Amino acid sequence: MSESAFRPASAGTSGPLLSVRDLHTWFELRQWGFLRLGHVRAVDGVTFDLKRGESVAFVGESGCGKSSLARTLLGLHRPTSGEVVSEGRSLGTLSGSELKAYRAGVGYVQQDPYGALPPFMNVRRILAEPMIVHGIRSREEREARARQVLEEVRLSPADEILPKFPHMLSGGQQQRVVIARALLLEPSLLIADEPVSMLDASVRVEILNLLHSIQAKRNLTLAFITHDLSTVRHYANRIFVMYAGRIIEQAEVNDLLEHPQHPYTQALLAAIADPDADNAKHQRDVPAGEPPSLLNPPPACRFHPRCPHFMAGLCDEEDPPDFEPRRRHWSACWLHR
Amino acid sequence: MARAPLLQVEDLKLSYRTERGILHAVDGVDLTLNRGEALVLLGESGCGKSSLAKALLRLLPRNVDTFSGRVAFDGTDTMTYSEERFRREVRWVRVSMVMQAAMNALNPVVKVGEQVAEPLRVHQGWSSERAFARAEEVFGRVGIAGDFLRRYPFELSGGMRQRAVLAMALVTEPDLVILDEPTSALDVLTQASIMNVLKRIKQEHGTSFILITHDVGTSSEIADRVALMYAGQIVEQSDAGSFFGDPAHPYAKLLMSSVPRLHQREKPIHIGGEPPSMFEPPSGCRFADRCPSRFARCDEMPPPLELPGDRRVRCWLFEGGRR
Amino acid sequence: MSPWRERLRQLSRYPSAIAGMGMIAVLVAIAIYAVVAIPYGQALELWRGGEPWRLNPVNAGPVWVDRLFGGDMPRTIVVDSDEAEVEEERFDGGRMVRIPLEFDYESTGFPSGINLFVRSAFEESEPFVRMTWHRPDGEEIQLGGRAMSRQDRVSFSQDWTLERRLGEVAHVALFAVPDEQFERAQPGEYGLTLDAILFEEDAEIAAELVVYGRVHGIAGTDHQRRDLMVALLWGTPVALSFGLLAAVGTTITTLIIAAAGVWYGRWVDAVIQRLTEVNMILPLLPILVMVGTLYSTSIWLMLGVVIALGIFSAGIKMYRAMLLPMREAPYIEAARAYGAGNARIILRYMIPRILPVLIPTFVTLIPTFVFLEASLALLGLGDPVLPTWGKVLNDAQAQSALYHGFYYWVIAPAVLLMFTGLGFAMLGFALDRIFNPRLRAV
Repeated sequence: MSESAFRPASAGTSGPLLSVRDLHTWFELRQWGFLRLGHVRAVDGVTFDLKRGESVAFVGESGCGKSSLARTLLGLHRPTSGEVVSEGRSLGTLSGSELKAYRAGVGYVQQDPYGALPPFMNVRRILAEPMIVHGIRSREEREARARQVLEEVRLSPADEILPKFPHMLSGGQQQRVVIARALLLEPSLLIADEPVSMLDASVRVEILNLLHSIQAKRNLTLAFITHDLSTVRHYANRIFVMYAGRIIEQAEVNDLLEHPQHPYTQALLAAIADPDADNAKHQRDVPAGEPPSLLNPPPACRFHPRCPHFMAGLCDEEDPPDFEPRRRHWSACWLHR
Repeated sequence: MARAPLLQVEDLKLSYRTERGILHAVDGVDLTLNRGEALVLLGESGCGKSSLAKALLRLLPRNVDTFSGRVAFDGTDTMTYSEERFRREVRWVRVSMVMQAAMNALNPVVKVGEQVAEPLRVHQGWSSERAFARAEEVFGRVGIAGDFLRRYPFELSGGMRQRAVLAMALVTEPDLVILDEPTSALDVLTQASIMNVLKRIKQEHGTSFILITHDVGTSSEIADRVALMYAGQIVEQSDAGSFFGDPAHPYAKLLMSSVPRLHQREKPIHIGGEPPSMFEPPSGCRFADRCPSRFARCDEMPPPLELPGDRRVRCWLFEGGRR
Repeated sequence: MSPWRERLRQLSRYPSAIAGMGMIAVLVAIAIYAVVAIPYGQALELWRGGEPWRLNPVNAGPVWVDRLFGGDMPRTIVVDSDEAEVEEERFDGGRMVRIPLEFDYESTGFPSGINLFVRSAFEESEPFVRMTWHRPDGEEIQLGGRAMSRQDRVSFSQDWTLERRLGEVAHVALFAVPDEQFERAQPGEYGLTLDAILFEEDAEIAAELVVYGRVHGIAGTDHQRRDLMVALLWGTPVALSFGLLAAVGTTITTLIIAAAGVWYGRWVDAVIQRLTEVNMILPLLPILVMVGTLYSTSIWLMLGVVIALGIFSAGIKMYRAMLLPMREAPYIEAARAYGAGNARIILRYMIPRILPVLIPTFVTLIPTFVFLEASLALLGLGDPVLPTWGKVLNDAQAQSALYHGFYYWVIAPAVLLMFTGLGFAMLGFALDRIFNPRLRAV
């Protein structure tokens, strides 16, 4: 494609694909259009690198800011402060057409496959849209590429799928069309926001396996966002655990699942039920309370009001830095001090 | 057993007229539920589990084609009841239900407490003060502070609202509560705490539950028995220990190995193919097309076969006892 | 099957939709027929009145209504000298011509007037004509004589001297059964004999006697002898195009503006909202009256003003409410994520989504604009030259049609208006049920 200048770095260049430095994405909350009530701190100081060809998972409960982070990386929200750096250029400094080119380099797979597809377009049209937007005029080329991605997501026969409207497809097929659309512009980064949470159990594994194999085959960077830790083990290399707009723990996937360090991560893992009849015999340990409002988050460590290891005078007064209690395993908790 | 089971369902059939033909949502279901037991109805979306739940409460849409079989509470068949009698004696008196996505269906302009107290006023004719006091008590049981009664639904978080609709189902002290996907829209921690509430109510009050879900993990949190549904039929009905430890039906086996587990190193596998059309279900075993153990006999519909330990499986592999 | 074709198929299952479409088809057929049969220029010419209508009676009712109620009101009788047996007698320097204009009168009702049109050709001296009326019983009544100009008209009904002499207005007195106090007309053979004296060798004379009936054609005539059929026919294309153009104009612009307001939000939305609110309290009709009075009542100008005032109408609020939840729709977010621009999102992703809901509204909007045009015309703000249903009503009202018992004058355009409203409404309501599944019963 002609407009590859500011896409997230293509394979072969050294350095991370995407660097995120102290990123804040806040939303102004107004009443009647002008009264400022404050800021929703959806993403509140997040720093990480995405390497080429790796698969990372952002894990957290709803309202932890993981979706806002994804949208910021997609260029849909403007960062309030901090930087998203791709190819040495900060996202905030890109011009309109550069931003459009950047967006072509980031594929997006959403949670609700039916909602993600315009109901009044058939699959052929849905797949043509991104190519039209990016100036692929030739009808033959568009058709050929659409068929190629449909094959890649294993939707066949293409002749049957292309004229169908979204409501005629099953949930799994819809999600495959969404993935196909995300692949059309040959992105180097694929962001999947809860790609399977609205699908049936038996389809979930299928879609996750598909994403995994596409990631491996295309050597994509896959950032996938989920609230379900039980699905990440086989589909991510690294995990970032988010709570109230911040990353509170990050590590290689097995290390994090076997040796969770942060009390919140521990609670999250303890709440997950692997199918077992013994589950019914005892109550689970669940931290009291609910995730804080992003409008007025608690000071210092955001988890301290619910934390079983709360240390007064420390956890509620000073932000915990990222400790490294295990090798390449960071956790923002004063317990590791 | 001396007493009749709390709920006994025999050969329940429910089909709808639609523009595309007759949809056989529930096609010959037998179920037994004892007092104080929790039964999990497990199945993928579209397998008919929600239709089955609504059929038990007779909350049927208008385009019902056939609705037949036997639904007995404490040994009394209610299929012959008139709508009025059913409403007065069964619905919300003996059986109540938490609908799918009910937490988003709360009336936004009525205080939560009034909505929770409403079944008492409607079904039992209580005064509003008395009903409100009772609602407060039930709120405590599901883990919400009493002052939330006077709030509006939008002031409550998702978990709180789910507890409120649970309270609405519990407020009339029914023997049986049917829960349709009560936690699927909730976060892991909230899910776990709701399941904690259910476990405690079951223990302390002896309430029976039918939990409808597609989530195998969540289902194991409360199940005494599991009924696995596929294409309108129950293909396996077992006690929880046997089901989760040693599933019998090929579909149950595949389903169990498709569940991603936190503490498991093997990659989950997926079940290929799609469920059959519910408009014209196959005459033989409905899972045959996707089944790895298919053989000639599978073209005939297998009856529910008894296995040792009060298990029932709809699969020819188990003809004449365990293979 | 595409959703649109599917809906079209559903439409065929609503009898009301079929009936509505049939009624609209009838209207369209009438409109096409009107435009083809009477070209635009000719229609305007006819509607201006005067000469083309001289053979029509004034305020005659439709024939079929009279027959329906068993009446036998007379129709108009025209006797031309070309068909009469003209006798000529030469004399030195001129001729004497006798033109017997004879006709059969079959009704017992009186005609509504008698006119004689005379055309003559001469150099200098006007011909002199003496007129004699022959009644069926053989009686002759002298109607006097006069010199005729080249194009002359003798209006017996307005001849006061004659009226005084006969004791009643001419078209009654000349036809009445004798000795019955002018209560009914006597059927039979009548005649008007013209004895013309031409004072030049080459002079020519021709005459036409018109005995105006009391009924005329399918639609009747108005006070200017114009056949109402012209206005009723031509009113159809005018009404349909006004309604359609106004509905299309307001709907499309309103929709785009509403979508833009929703999409851009912030001050764009605020400005659009305030404009709409201001516009909503502006009274449409008085503004149109002002424009019509102070500037021009051309139908195209009115159309423009209606659309302009309709843009920021209550529709914006409705569309906004429908579009607002869509702004956050995942598929729009997806479109942004692959780089679709604002215009593309508004036109390709937001508007198509509410088009289904819009179509029934649009269909039911058409007749409201048709009614608006009629109301304007009724208020005297109709297009000055175009024949429209509203103009007919306006004339009828100005001439106190109902007071005089000319019901046909009011009923015909009113029925057409209602027919239009009903046709579009029946189709619109059926469409509404198809496109808004919430309205459908299970």
